[in-house]
Amino acid sequence: MASLSLNINSKNYTVDIDPQMPLLWALRDIIGLKGTKYGCGIAQCGACTVLLEDNAVRSCSLPVSAVADKKIVTIEGLSEDGDHPLQQAWIEHDVPQCGYCQAGQIMNAAGLLNKNPNPTDEEIETAMNGNICRCGTYLRIKAAIKTAAKSEKV
Amino acid sequence: MTVVKTSINRRSFLKASALAGGGMMLTFNWLAGCKPTTTKEVLTLPKEWFEMNSYIKIGENGVVSLMSPNPEFGSNVKTSMPMILADELNVDWKNVLVEQADFFPERFERQFTGGSQGIRLGWQPLRTAGATARQMLTDAAAQTWNVPASEITTENGMLIHKASDNKASYGEMASLAATLPVPEEVALKEIKEFHIIGTSRKNVEGKNIVTGKPMFSLDHTKEGMLISMIVHPPAFGMKVKSIDESSVKSMPGIRDVFVFQNLRDDYERNGFDTTSFADMVAIVGNTTWEVMNAKKALKVEWENAPEKTFDVQGWRGKETVVMPAGLESSDGHTYQMEQMSRKAAQELRKDGDPETAFKKADKVLERTYTAPYLAHNCMEPVNCFADVTADKAELYGPIQAPEFIMNALSTSLGMPKEKIKINLARMGGGFGQRAYGHHMVEAALISQKVNAPVLTIYSREDDMTYGIYRPTYTATYKAALDKDNNLIAFHVKGGGIPEHAVAANRFPAGAVDNYLAEGWSLNSNITIGAFRAPRSNFIAGAEQSFMDELAELAGKDPIDFRLELLDRAKNNPVGENNDYDAERLSGVLRLVREKSNWTETRKNIHRGVSAYFCHNTYVAEVLDLEMKDNKPVVHNVYAAVDCGIVINPDAATNMGEGGIVDGIGNALFGEMTFKDGKPEKNNFHQYQMIRQKEAPKSIEIHFVENEHDPTGLGEPLFPPTFAAVANALYKATGKRFYNQPFVHDLETTRMEM
Ligand code: FES
Ligand code: FES
Repeated sequence: MASLSLNINSKNYTVDIDPQMPLLWALRDIIGLKGTKYGCGIAQCGACTVLLEDNAVRSCSLPVSAVADKKIVTIEGLSEDGDHPLQQAWIEHDVPQCGYCQAGQIMNAAGLLNKNPNPTDEEIETAMNGNICRCGTYLRIKAAIKTAAKSEKV
Repeated sequence: MTVVKTSINRRSFLKASALAGGGMMLTFNWLAGCKPTTTKEVLTLPKEWFEMNSYIKIGENGVVSLMSPNPEFGSNVKTSMPMILADELNVDWKNVLVEQADFFPERFERQFTGGSQGIRLGWQPLRTAGATARQMLTDAAAQTWNVPASEITTENGMLIHKASDNKASYGEMASLAATLPVPEEVALKEIKEFHIIGTSRKNVEGKNIVTGKPMFSLDHTKEGMLISMIVHPPAFGMKVKSIDESSVKSMPGIRDVFVFQNLRDDYERNGFDTTSFADMVAIVGNTTWEVMNAKKALKVEWENAPEKTFDVQGWRGKETVVMPAGLESSDGHTYQMEQMSRKAAQELRKDGDPETAFKKADKVLERTYTAPYLAHNCMEPVNCFADVTADKAELYGPIQAPEFIMNALSTSLGMPKEKIKINLARMGGGFGQRAYGHHMVEAALISQKVNAPVLTIYSREDDMTYGIYRPTYTATYKAALDKDNNLIAFHVKGGGIPEHAVAANRFPAGAVDNYLAEGWSLNSNITIGAFRAPRSNFIAGAEQSFMDELAELAGKDPIDFRLELLDRAKNNPVGENNDYDAERLSGVLRLVREKSNWTETRKNIHRGVSAYFCHNTYVAEVLDLEMKDNKPVVHNVYAAVDCGIVINPDAATNMGEGGIVDGIGNALFGEMTFKDGKPEKNNFHQYQMIRQKEAPKSIEIHFVENEHDPTGLGEPLFPPTFAAVANALYKATGKRFYNQPFVHDLETTRMEM
């Protein structure tokens, strides 16, 4: 066990924790933020995606010791009231079916737009290829990212 | 005007207070409503609710709460079912809140999500519930104003009597209306009067989903809750021999480890009581990570399980199921299936004299198709929350068929059903897998044993290797053409483990004079279950690929060839039991031909067509693909769909897109194989799923406009996609694809190129 300080959604948490515990389980079981999802545990599905210093990362495969004191943003912290351009675009395109993968999709898209505010279709496909949607909402995800990219420019 | 008897909704008019176990009241969740997003528009919760029936409550301020009865797994029933209620009730969608009903069979007719039947079977009861409440509000106004009820009209939650210039909101009349007798008959709206049905409405949970609100059972938590995980045998045909508890007991955070049995030996199962292993190990601890670590460290000895025979009370009555002993492999299955294909099989339907017709044929085509086991791979792994105390059990979990797990829960816990409450969680996918509630029994037994609330979680590996797979199938199709290229005989012989996929009364039955359908099956200890469009998910791919090859042999356009056969089935059908409407099936083919500009050729684009009827809905698809670097890239998919009245067009389109994407993915990649009883894939690094890059660039879904009662959409767009892919790949590569997943033959083709 180790005492670590975590900065999540602009809040500081001090936790007494197994430093090997993946960030995903620290978020869900220790901090109590359930928006970040478990899908595979081996960085293959993207359900657990969060932003680490503005980059999209798979929280299931990052030990919590590696992220101490770094800026972490989860789906709960993406915006104050669900009005981030991506969240709005997601609603506008009525993207979700079951909804389980969508937090990971949105956070991965946020990481993409941080680096590339105006991605092409091919760039979106490549960046989003690590996020599985079992319900098959891929077309709507792509459309929503394009809408959000446009709205962020204005 | 359609007048219906309200007695079809018998259960929904029982007042909650009049029911035994009145304590099981429905929990109100403001967040679950379709709350408008701007602060200006936020609805104020009423001071008091008046219950009109199980589905509808109206507040004194006119706010309406609508109950969505069926479990939600992504097909959007939580939006579309309340839309039906709201339309008949005649209220403004903006003033509506939606709640998820708990499992409450005393109050709701059918709380089952599966088989694409939610909307089809909910249509009449939901309309009746809405219309009945509207009538009772009208009766209350008539009584208050002392005017005839027949002169009162309703509009957007208002009651209006023109002659006396009276006007009142539903909220004002709700308290009286709720006390009035339920009318025996009520008038339903005319289709042209619908103001919500047929208009696109956003998912009522949209905002909760995109902001990461806890809404799945995996997100559930309770004071003092523990986490448990299971360890199941590594191979089908194995069981626990012994465990070394000391290997994990002293690990950090671990509370308990024990072997348990899901179902009692003498329990009589129903069709959804599938369990893959007689016993499993449970590990209980404080956090998921700690339990996961213990799972890795646990020392277990496994042994071969004996053959098991048990009775199952299924759809076809009581059947004896044999689960053989032994460790099975996919190679062995292939060999056994080839052997069985050559033996005599059970005759399922015969018209005319196929044997003679085949002898007289000018040309005969015979082709064999195969498909592997498939894992459902819902994004949310199997899990369930359970809190079992000495006198009651509370469960919250992903379950498509709550009614069918009650017996098992009650028997395994040794607790009467009235003491068991199932709350319906939003499911992170279902696809048939979540109709089987073994995980609920496991969670309940673990909670009972450790005497604490427990969230039981399967790891992805546990989920993928637990079983309940789509069965593996094969079918040989044979057809005879005369010298004028007319189809004169058709023979399908299909088999599988542990069931065949032959729908003997479906197309082309009825369209050919001499017809024979036969089926066979083999036992296995690898468990199977419903998987999006059971059986159809194989039949459509095989039959519609065969039709394509047959059309080519006949020298005809594949759409024309099908339409000719359908004309025959329409005008002069063979046999009595054809279970499809040839006119509606032709209709979708004609529509997709028009919308896709079928006859147009496009550079480097190869087109495949397919049409299929299942789950009461008719679908035809045209799929356009291009080979790039020897890989198929799907450009456009056009679908024509006849599902009667469409409740929520944009959501229906979303569902259709999902079915097509899923079809492309499983046609190309989906496959589970076995070696010595052990599943050879356990996570997404081995099990290939369709991803963003392989998804089509665009999908167009066109609905046939008609006034048929609505049918479902969760499944019907999925099966025909397999053949649309195969037929387009043939055009692109010159090779026919007979064996799913096509990725293997594509690789061979690539090596030859
Ligand atoms: S759970 Fe982390 S990538 Fe799947
Ligand atoms: S919406 Fe269900 S997995 Fe993506």
